Amino acid sequence: MSHPTFLRAAITAVALIGAAASGGCKKSSDEARPASGSASAGAGAGTIKIGMIAAFSGPFADIGKQLQGGIKAYVKQHGDTVAGRKIEILTRDTTGPAAEVAKRLAQELVVQDKVDFLVGFGLTPEALAAAPVATEGKTPMIIMNAATSIITTKSPYIVRFSMTLPQVSAPLGEWAAKNGIKKVSTLVADYGPGKDAEAAFTKTFTAGGGQILESVRSPLQNPEFASYTQRIKDGKPDAVFVFVPAGEQSVAVMKSFQERGLADAGIKLLATGDLLDDHMLPTIGDAALGAISTFHYSIAHDSPENKAFLAAYRDANGADAGQPNFMSVAAYDGMAAIYDVVEKLGGKMDADKAMELLKHMSFTSPRGPISIDPETRDIVQTVYLRKVEKVNGELRSVEQSSFPNLKDPGKEAGGAPPAPPPAGSGSGSAAAPGK
Amino acid sequence: MTAPPPPPPSPPAHLGHLPDDRWRRWDTALWLAPVIAYLVFPGHLVLGSQVIITALFALSLDIILGYAGIVSLGHAAFFGLGAYTAGLLAAHGWTEPLTGLVCAGVIAAAGGYATSFLVVRGSALTQLMITLGVVLLLQEVANKASSLTGGVDGLSFTMSPLLGAIRFDLAGRTAYGYSAVVALAAFVLVRRVVTSPFGLSLRAIREGAARMPALGAPVGRRLVAAFTLSAGLAGLAGGLLAQTTQFVAIDSISFPRSAAVLIMLVLGGAGRLYGAFLGAGLFMLMQDYLARLDPVYWQLWIGGLLVVVVLFGRGGVLGVAEELGARLRRRRAR
Amino acid sequence: MAAFISVLFDGVAYGSLLFVISVGMSVTLGLMRFVNLAHGAFAMFGGYTAYVLVSRWGLSLFAALPVVLVGFAGVGAVLERLLYRWVSRTRPLDQVLFTIGLAFIATGLATYVWGPSQRAIALPPALTGQIHVLGMGLGAYRLFLIGMVVAITVSLHLLVERTRFGAQLRAAVDHPEAAAGLGIPVDRVFSLSFALGSGLAAVGGALGVDVLGLDPSFTFKYMVYFLLVVVVGGPGSIVGSAVAAVALGVFDIVGKYYVPSIGGFLIYALMVILLLVFPHGLYRRGR
Repeated sequence: MSHPTFLRAAITAVALIGAAASGGCKKSSDEARPASGSASAGAGAGTIKIGMIAAFSGPFADIGKQLQGGIKAYVKQHGDTVAGRKIEILTRDTTGPAAEVAKRLAQELVVQDKVDFLVGFGLTPEALAAAPVATEGKTPMIIMNAATSIITTKSPYIVRFSMTLPQVSAPLGEWAAKNGIKKVSTLVADYGPGKDAEAAFTKTFTAGGGQILESVRSPLQNPEFASYTQRIKDGKPDAVFVFVPAGEQSVAVMKSFQERGLADAGIKLLATGDLLDDHMLPTIGDAALGAISTFHYSIAHDSPENKAFLAAYRDANGADAGQPNFMSVAAYDGMAAIYDVVEKLGGKMDADKAMELLKHMSFTSPRGPISIDPETRDIVQTVYLRKVEKVNGELRSVEQSSFPNLKDPGKEAGGAPPAPPPAGSGSGSAAAPGK
Repeated sequence: MTAPPPPPPSPPAHLGHLPDDRWRRWDTALWLAPVIAYLVFPGHLVLGSQVIITALFALSLDIILGYAGIVSLGHAAFFGLGAYTAGLLAAHGWTEPLTGLVCAGVIAAAGGYATSFLVVRGSALTQLMITLGVVLLLQEVANKASSLTGGVDGLSFTMSPLLGAIRFDLAGRTAYGYSAVVALAAFVLVRRVVTSPFGLSLRAIREGAARMPALGAPVGRRLVAAFTLSAGLAGLAGGLLAQTTQFVAIDSISFPRSAAVLIMLVLGGAGRLYGAFLGAGLFMLMQDYLARLDPVYWQLWIGGLLVVVVLFGRGGVLGVAEELGARLRRRRAR
Repeated sequence: MAAFISVLFDGVAYGSLLFVISVGMSVTLGLMRFVNLAHGAFAMFGGYTAYVLVSRWGLSLFAALPVVLVGFAGVGAVLERLLYRWVSRTRPLDQVLFTIGLAFIATGLATYVWGPSQRAIALPPALTGQIHVLGMGLGAYRLFLIGMVVAITVSLHLLVERTRFGAQLRAAVDHPEAAAGLGIPVDRVFSLSFALGSGLAAVGGALGVDVLGLDPSFTFKYMVYFLLVVVVGGPGSIVGSAVAAVALGVFDIVGKYYVPSIGGFLIYALMVILLLVFPHGLYRRGR
């Protein structure tokens, strides 16, 4: 009857499509690489294209906005032409925490638009998924936010201008142990970066003679911190170390601490700067006063570079945009690096030469002196110990002391050269918690 | 392979006569679409492959939603099971795609079978929430088992070339061809199933489950079988996405992904098979196009599209199309 | 023991908040058979309105709440006339599509107006800090939340079960044609119920800013929680929603306090178990 007709037709069609696609593919798999190469070679006069990938909608939309704000600030300040070539930025929205979209956008930017740089990458999975595209397409990829240690090991074309969590949380453990804090409870969000932060803090704090009372992890989707705060309070530690992602969780944690009166109970708050993000401080309000944090950037950092950055940020984004934060600074610095590379190459783009320059990059950023470690292509920077105070009626993280030239301890602990790590291992592998 | 001029396609909701599975105009369109898209938009094959994979995922949901009438807000549980199966196999050395994909389908089907007993009872709302509970719990499991799955950071790995010769290229040609062939093969299977007596009995259960035992049809067992098949196909889709992107993110198992696929299917038109392809294509292409313009616009316009489709017709885009077609024919007949 | 009571209290307060936001959805879903997934949008815009009133206009939260309630009841009534009435007689799946569309539009609008960042509302001094009762510190804000819930539950219950309007509503729900035949203005009864549900959601959103946060993805982020409360409680049952919300809140908070490592599983596991035991919700209407 009719079934055979349909089946036969269907099978024929499947075969045809398969043959067409795979035939086209064999021919073309070799074309893919020259495609991006030719873009660089044939450049000369045209524009330098920068593909920017980040979330602009969904729960992480703030990241995209901050990164873009930093990029705009740099372009506003330094113009859009370098070495006679115009800089063109192609912005792409991952529409949420979607790794496959990030990778697809990277593929399209490299293959179709033939971009010279991939930048952005707010979240670790976005960066990890896109890493092979940078390698295969030979396109330098600049990480402007994602903070898990392993990212830079995933492609020789990745360089990071943001930070890693072990880098900013390890000094805090050291400082706490030296400053009369004996017993600490930790509270981190239950995911890769949270575990990284917990492990790094615990390591330096216990090495300095401190004692961890309890390590609590809260679910990533967790609007209510009452139970955790109460539990920590009942344990009566000298201080509590906290890492949760910047955003609603940081606000919720701070409010919960204030409501429970942790400060009144004599429990100090120690955190990475994510919790006290400059952009969020006005929203958190006075609950943040007195909190101690370690981080690589504060808008209160006193330097001419920072003043220029803050002015450029306001100028480019308007007064309504609020304060920039560490994400905007990383984007601003990433752009500075790109401008420097294009300038030094005289506008003639070449991925490998660009990487050579990026690997040895070193300049004074709004956050202080930064450089890139040529071995790991990860950032080396000063981490500051800060305390939240009121400056001219506004809340600021004021820097108290500094830990200069810190590398990422997450990678030093592993000790491995940037060879691909054992397949499938997540961030936890290098810095797995001790228990 | 043109068919004789077919009788006007009958809306599947009306079971006036036995549905047949003769080749229809829609089929020609569906089968030609990927070839035409390949030729016309050679620069958007990665997007194309992801549209096809999502369409396959929506197709799997159509079996239970459109035919068996089970509402699921947790179908990404099986999508994710498939994705992690394929991903973990590859990450631990089994990088051959085809066998990996089969495993993804089988594991997801097994997961679906196990879950089906929780789902096939209770009202539509209860089904909705239990499937939702399953996906949320499973996501938490994947997050907790981060030493295995990579947790929120995700799982990256490298695939061997397809059939030992065709490597996964940067332009996405392999991904596109591979996804298209698997999806269309799955479509043949699903089409065969829903037009079989088994498929008919599913629709009958949807229309009135209480009456079915009187006809001698074991309602529970039929639903379990449908759910298992559907979960297996969702697993295939997940496996395909994992293999073609060589990455598994934790949002493979998530409420947003479950909800998105449901929206796409309903947008295209549930219970029609083609609706899955149409809905996924329309939604994702619009989202991709609009998101390039502005993140605010894409949400406003996609929202507007969904609202308009409901205001102007019932049963998604295909429902509207059928209604228009019927009206045209009536006018011509006059 | 003191710790247990203190955590129990937090759980009740958290559950109370979930209840205030969700109860409007219970009314529309259970009584009017209308699947409104955009319900959270009312809560979100209620939150933003309160934010504007408190942060920009300098009103106290106490003063902002009645404004939000009345304002959004009005908005709800208008929307019911313009949009929802059209859609409420379609299949549930079309309603899902339609209201998800509205949720997308709401998210886009909120991003356009307020940007993607978090917003917070300054609480009046009376609601900050802790009140010490019998040696235990209880959050003032949480006491306030619990008080609100008791008030809302009691008045809604009385409204539905004891008043003329309630009788009309129940009649209209059970058999719209017969009710209309008896001269009950079915359309107006539904409009009023929808308006009430919308207003309560907005108040819940305004109250919830301090706990749940406020940003444009609010509608989607908490959709699961609203569904959870309504379905577990039994759609249409106000007391059911209250019991379910408090049970889920207490279980979640107390569980996380004693066994923090499984915090992410608790609320969903309880939901699945409750639904397997009570497939039609804790309180089944009309039986």
